[in-house]
Amino acid sequence: MSMNPDTLLAPPDHTGRFGDFGGRFVPETLVPACQELEAAFNEAWADSSFRAELDEVHRLYSGRPSIITECKNLSTQLGIRLFLKREDLNHTGSHKINNVIGQTLLAKRMGKKRIVADTGAGQHGVASATAAALMGLECKVYMGAVDVERQALNVFRMKLLGSEVESVHSGSRTLKDAVNEAMRHWVANVADTHFCLGSVVGPHPYPYMVRQFQSIIGDEAHAQIGDLTGAMPDVVVACVGGGSNAMGIFSGFVDEPGVRLVGVEPAGGAAIGKGVPGVVHGMRSNLMQDEYGQVEEALSISAGLDYPGVGPEHSYLSSIGRADYPSVTDDEVIAGFRLLAEAEGIIPALECAHAVAWISREAPRIQGQTVLMNLSGRGDKDVAQMMKILADADGDT
Amino acid sequence: MPGLIETEFRAKRRAGRKLLVPYITGGYPGWQDAIRACAANGADAVEIGIPFSDPVMDGPVIQQASQAALEAGVTPQSVLDEVPGLDVGIPLAVMTYYNLVHHPGPERFAANLQRAGISAAILPDLPLEESDPWCAAAASHGIEAIMLAAPTAPDDRLPQVAERACGFIYSVGLLGVTGERSSLAATATDLAGRLKAITDKPVLVGVGVSNAEQAYQATRVADGVIQGASVVRRLMETGPDSVGEYVAGVRDAIDAD
Ligand SMILES: Cc1ncc(COP(=O)(O)O)c(C=O)c1O
Repeated sequence: MSMNPDTLLAPPDHTGRFGDFGGRFVPETLVPACQELEAAFNEAWADSSFRAELDEVHRLYSGRPSIITECKNLSTQLGIRLFLKREDLNHTGSHKINNVIGQTLLAKRMGKKRIVADTGAGQHGVASATAAALMGLECKVYMGAVDVERQALNVFRMKLLGSEVESVHSGSRTLKDAVNEAMRHWVANVADTHFCLGSVVGPHPYPYMVRQFQSIIGDEAHAQIGDLTGAMPDVVVACVGGGSNAMGIFSGFVDEPGVRLVGVEPAGGAAIGKGVPGVVHGMRSNLMQDEYGQVEEALSISAGLDYPGVGPEHSYLSSIGRADYPSVTDDEVIAGFRLLAEAEGIIPALECAHAVAWISREAPRIQGQTVLMNLSGRGDKDVAQMMKILADADGDT
Repeated sequence: MPGLIETEFRAKRRAGRKLLVPYITGGYPGWQDAIRACAANGADAVEIGIPFSDPVMDGPVIQQASQAALEAGVTPQSVLDEVPGLDVGIPLAVMTYYNLVHHPGPERFAANLQRAGISAAILPDLPLEESDPWCAAAASHGIEAIMLAAPTAPDDRLPQVAERACGFIYSVGLLGVTGERSSLAATATDLAGRLKAITDKPVLVGVGVSNAEQAYQATRVADGVIQGASVVRRLMETGPDSVGEYVAGVRDAIDAD
């Protein structure tokens, strides 16, 4: 392993591994494409003109930097000092746009004509469709049939943006299967198509590349929280599906030894909490699987976290004890969703309601501490689903 | 020292025979009879698919067969347990995905194959760079690690794949996943030709070889073919007997001059 001991943010080793996690487990057909992408990303990332172009789209299109909001009401209520990094205010409503702008600029630079994307909640799909429209690329999005139903609004948004959305009926019909189908599509169209993966998952260089594209969250937050409080936060919290918004904010604080990093997993998709190392979607990482290695279906209220795996860098941070990965139940998430809406006037995405849920559960043990939470997306997409859930709950009583 | 499949395939090739390897999804109803039907109708080996939850190199037909088998409770062990009873007189290989090897560990998985009497394994999501642990474990248990070569491979990669391959080289016929196509892709004969030019190990084309005619075309360049979706579709639609008839037809086609 060739990691720089002074920083946990070093690139993975030449095999794409963070510690024992990562790698490139793809069909032979895709190896040259992954190698090409790795070289193109490294070259672009080191090129100041690419970085300037990326920065300009962030500022003048996505609306960066995103602000930090101090939650005064909730802070009083919980006995902590709570700040939110407002990725929900980005264009398209989540952190997913940060990665997608980077990948689509790169795809164009590589001369690709099309992108193919996986999506769970539809936020990555919407961001991909948006960036494709902006940059004149064709876009096809694979989405599990279960998610097409529970995130119908986002399906329509993608279509309005000119993308093709294909419903996936295999396996658990959620994000895992959307990734499989997008990979199959990539295998067949690798010459002119870029696979725009939505999280810090997949074969090398994706986990590293997507982390770099999301690190803008942590870079901004590090400066902002310092300005606001004059100190580093005690705890940085984010929800973890594949783990991109969490890696984005963690990357600003992972080298600050005093900052506790917490990634919150759904109880029904706790890859680190309940999984063991396995290989799927091109990476070796923690994975929920049965006694033979068949991948288990995740079962979460939130389409964006309904994923049995996790990015390899999270497995690594967990293995060295640098970050913790507790999980919360769907009921706690519903309560967290309502708590933030009622106390602060902010409706969170169900994904980040997981982080709210953990904070409110943990509050008695972190009294007086400063907590920075990544609010990775807004809850508009979840309102219809919550309407049903809350109506059913009322019907029960 | 070459293993059983490579030894037999080289001998048959020397005798002028083209090689035919049908694929059958292990655990799908009728799979054992389908394998017997293949053996009785001219197959030189059979590739047994061990169903996996996330088969990224498979198209709809094989996905459906795998999913049906998994839903019926089929496990890697339940498939391997049946293998010694097949007694078909031709070598058997398994095709599966790397997590089913990684989970028990390459050593244990290779030992399980050896105990079941399996000769070789094909792992389509395990590329050259990640293959060391598996190839070492396979070698120590006498399992031939068949390697895949893809049409996207640059010229300098093919000799490395060929060097590493045991049994035969699986020359991927097209850019895409398993499934039937109306014609044989140009990539199929292109890649087989590139491989034949750099290795004397047997080269078999698989993925997208969909009927007897296409098998004939592919074997004008390659040493043989693997037939997957076209075989499994028949097993699912009309049962093991129709698999036997189909294999016999492909055999006739590739035997023609
Ligand atoms: C708002 C939001 N947060 C989080 C996620 C989960 O992804 P990740 O763990 O990669 O941040 C999603 C995925 O759809 C999302 O929409």
